[in-house]
Amino acid sequence: MEASGSLKRTALYDLHVELGAKMVPFAGYDMPVNYPQGILGEHQHTRAAAGLFDVSHMGQFRITGSNYDAAAAAVERLCPNDFRSLTPGQQRYGFFTNERGGILDDLMVTRDGEVLRMVVNAACKEPDLDHLKANLKDGSKVEALPDFALLAIQGPKAAAVIVRLAPESAKMTFMTGAALKIAGIDCYATRSGYTGEDGFEISVPNARAVEFARRLLAEPEVKPIGLGARDSLRLEAGLCLYGSDITERTTPVEAGLSWAIAERRRKEGGFIGAAVLQKQWADGVAKKRVGILPEGKAPARAHTEIADDSGREIGEVTSGGFGPSLGKPIAMGYVATGRAAVGGTVNLMVRGKALPGRVVKMPFVPHRYHRT
Amino acid sequence: MSAIRYTKEHEWVKVDGDTATVGISPYAQEQLGDVVFVELPEVGKKVEKGKEMAVVESVKAASEVYAPIGGEVLEVNSALTEAPATVNEDAMGKGWFAKLKLANKAELDGLMDEAAYKAYCDSLH
Repeated sequence: MEASGSLKRTALYDLHVELGAKMVPFAGYDMPVNYPQGILGEHQHTRAAAGLFDVSHMGQFRITGSNYDAAAAAVERLCPNDFRSLTPGQQRYGFFTNERGGILDDLMVTRDGEVLRMVVNAACKEPDLDHLKANLKDGSKVEALPDFALLAIQGPKAAAVIVRLAPESAKMTFMTGAALKIAGIDCYATRSGYTGEDGFEISVPNARAVEFARRLLAEPEVKPIGLGARDSLRLEAGLCLYGSDITERTTPVEAGLSWAIAERRRKEGGFIGAAVLQKQWADGVAKKRVGILPEGKAPARAHTEIADDSGREIGEVTSGGFGPSLGKPIAMGYVATGRAAVGGTVNLMVRGKALPGRVVKMPFVPHRYHRT
Repeated sequence: MSAIRYTKEHEWVKVDGDTATVGISPYAQEQLGDVVFVELPEVGKKVEKGKEMAVVESVKAASEVYAPIGGEVLEVNSALTEAPATVNEDAMGKGWFAKLKLANKAELDGLMDEAAYKAYCDSLH
């Protein structure tokens, strides 16, 4: 076991230990990878009922300017996404890009009145904060929110739980946010998540986080879920993991994330790396992110080479493992554009053997968001 | 009755005459979590003590299983291919990986007995 003395802890650390979690280092934090139920059971519980995740290691920021539009315009210089058109309470997925069009981090933005709220990945939160501080223009300011925990409740019964404790949440739809009082605790919740299921991500003061988590865990549908199942759930949902599926060396165009970049931004540019992305939209890209279904039972993990029938390397798996909802292995990765069509066959080079696989449409498990 | 011996890598070996049955320990299966795939050696293959013999994969990761003792593979537990979770349910019994024809009984000498292995696992916490 590794010494975990230098690792940071979230406000829920003691609760995780009390619940019997296996704690592992993740992005500088000591985090629960699974509870006694185990990854498979936790995964299936989330797909069947409601799972509670501690995602307090992620970075929460508040960005303010002279008004919302000024703050959003300042952020848009660093992100290719359209945040200016958000109406109050609306949420949108986005990313920071670099000069080469590569992705520095992916993130969620919510318009909270005149404030722009942002949630970023744990491993990137320090560089993201520095990037924002150095580059926000026109008097816009960023403030980190280390005094707030972030909890996600996900699954087909998540909404029933939250509506029971905060009836006004019933009118929220997918990718919207609102200040709520949940079981008497002031929170800011968005109807979003990282599992493909309906659910909420809820920002709550550290001082009330344990009480809040216990209140949710007291509901019959809810069980605690660790980072292990979080990863298998997001992979089945076809969602990217920053640092694996998207990095500084992959662009949103290659990653198949152009859907997150509105027409106005594509035409106008005005963000870091715009010229690279505009050239890729015009001329195409050499590689594309695809879903791959291995034919056998052996999982093809990240960094598995993808080859064609003649043994020539055509790409690499960036996330791969076992999909508990499907009962078989699943993977995503990048392949040469000419080999990216759905239905195409590839070979996955696992431990020196070529295992056949097929390029498939993602998600592997249909999304069940509450859109209307 | 034959004694069971363990390795520091958490494999077990049970010798009966010149046949050695090998698998992974309850401690190993618990550390791995839910086993979803097992890759077994081919029958007839000669494995060397301490070298890779099989692969066991949990939801999270793939791990190598090393041969606790050298020998020729006589039989593999092909039931694990369809039901890999057997390794979690009965690591010391139905979750066995392979039977080997013992090459050199003296290789057993460096392995831990039940009591030594228990003390070793306790020291890992």
